[in-house]
Amino acid sequence: MSAQPAPHSGDVHGHGVVHGHGEEAGHGSLKGYVTGFLLSVILTAIPFWLVMGEVIADSRVTAFVIMGFAVVQIVVHMVYFLHMNSRSEGGWTMLALIFTLVIVVITLAGSLWVMYHMNTNMMPMPHDMRSMP
Amino acid sequence: MDQAHAHSPVPGGPVNFYVTEEHEHVHSGAGTMLGFWIYLMSDCLIFAVLFATYGVLGRNYAAGPGPADLFDLSLVALNTSMLLFSSITYGFAMLLMERNRKAATLFWLGVTGLFGLAFLGIELYEFSHLIHAGATPQRSAFLSSFFALVGTHGLHVTFGIIWLVVLMVQVAQRGLVPENKRRLMCLSLFWHFLDVIWIGVFSFVYLIGVLP
Repeated sequence: MSAQPAPHSGDVHGHGVVHGHGEEAGHGSLKGYVTGFLLSVILTAIPFWLVMGEVIADSRVTAFVIMGFAVVQIVVHMVYFLHMNSRSEGGWTMLALIFTLVIVVITLAGSLWVMYHMNTNMMPMPHDMRSMP
Repeated sequence: MDQAHAHSPVPGGPVNFYVTEEHEHVHSGAGTMLGFWIYLMSDCLIFAVLFATYGVLGRNYAAGPGPADLFDLSLVALNTSMLLFSSITYGFAMLLMERNRKAATLFWLGVTGLFGLAFLGIELYEFSHLIHAGATPQRSAFLSSFFALVGTHGLHVTFGIIWLVVLMVQVAQRGLVPENKRRLMCLSLFWHFLDVIWIGVFSFVYLIGVLP
């Protein structure tokens, strides 16, 4: 993932792949990987502890906290493991990511919203009543 | 193969060849990483739809077993750690690839593959456990969407491992040539991407699922 792939330079074959993908931008460093790993371990351990230790009494609050940790950990993975930044490939990877995120948010929020209201407004059927707790 | 034109200023003089299509640029890897990233984004949409399906259907148990009855969180935690370890070992492989250390790169790729296999093994054990307990995909909408989502992720990991083995053979035979480095970088994106998807799976499906 290079900032400048240098498509017209003469030494494309020899160096375009190796050095064109800037080492700090393309592959990260040992420090970066270890930082990402440690952050991921912490961000994974806390939600598991919250659920397995039944720390918060309110399930709704726990669910929101878990989703918050998940979002933070996804960002950590993106930065430290996938080396996302606004410069790689001239910003096109970031643009593709933003576009995807917009579609993902519309898909998830739209499905959950519409189907939730459909379920609540549905007339109760006899077998639904039976399976209710 | 190359569309080359022969030109000579004088008949019978020295002939200069030049290639009209610059084939080397196709293999330079400049566009490959962006193209592969766009593939990953499309894959991300597949998982988004599966997550949405699970979000909609995940509480429809049809009077069958629910997440709290079925999921063993300590097994999920073990599975998560396997995938996380495989992520950092792949990172080590990439760092050593940068320094052209072929044997060390192969070693860490092998370790990554073993962690991936461990992940798959635990997941298959979990699936077989569920199916033996009668919690098959046909049992309820919750289980259908669960197996669709987690199974698709497991299928991705399976193909990732196959790809990893193929690349290990290629690196062993041809060495760390630019083409193999490019391929390893694509697999790196794929592998870390699968870990990102797993974050969503263990948070949204397993952890939130077992909440009372």
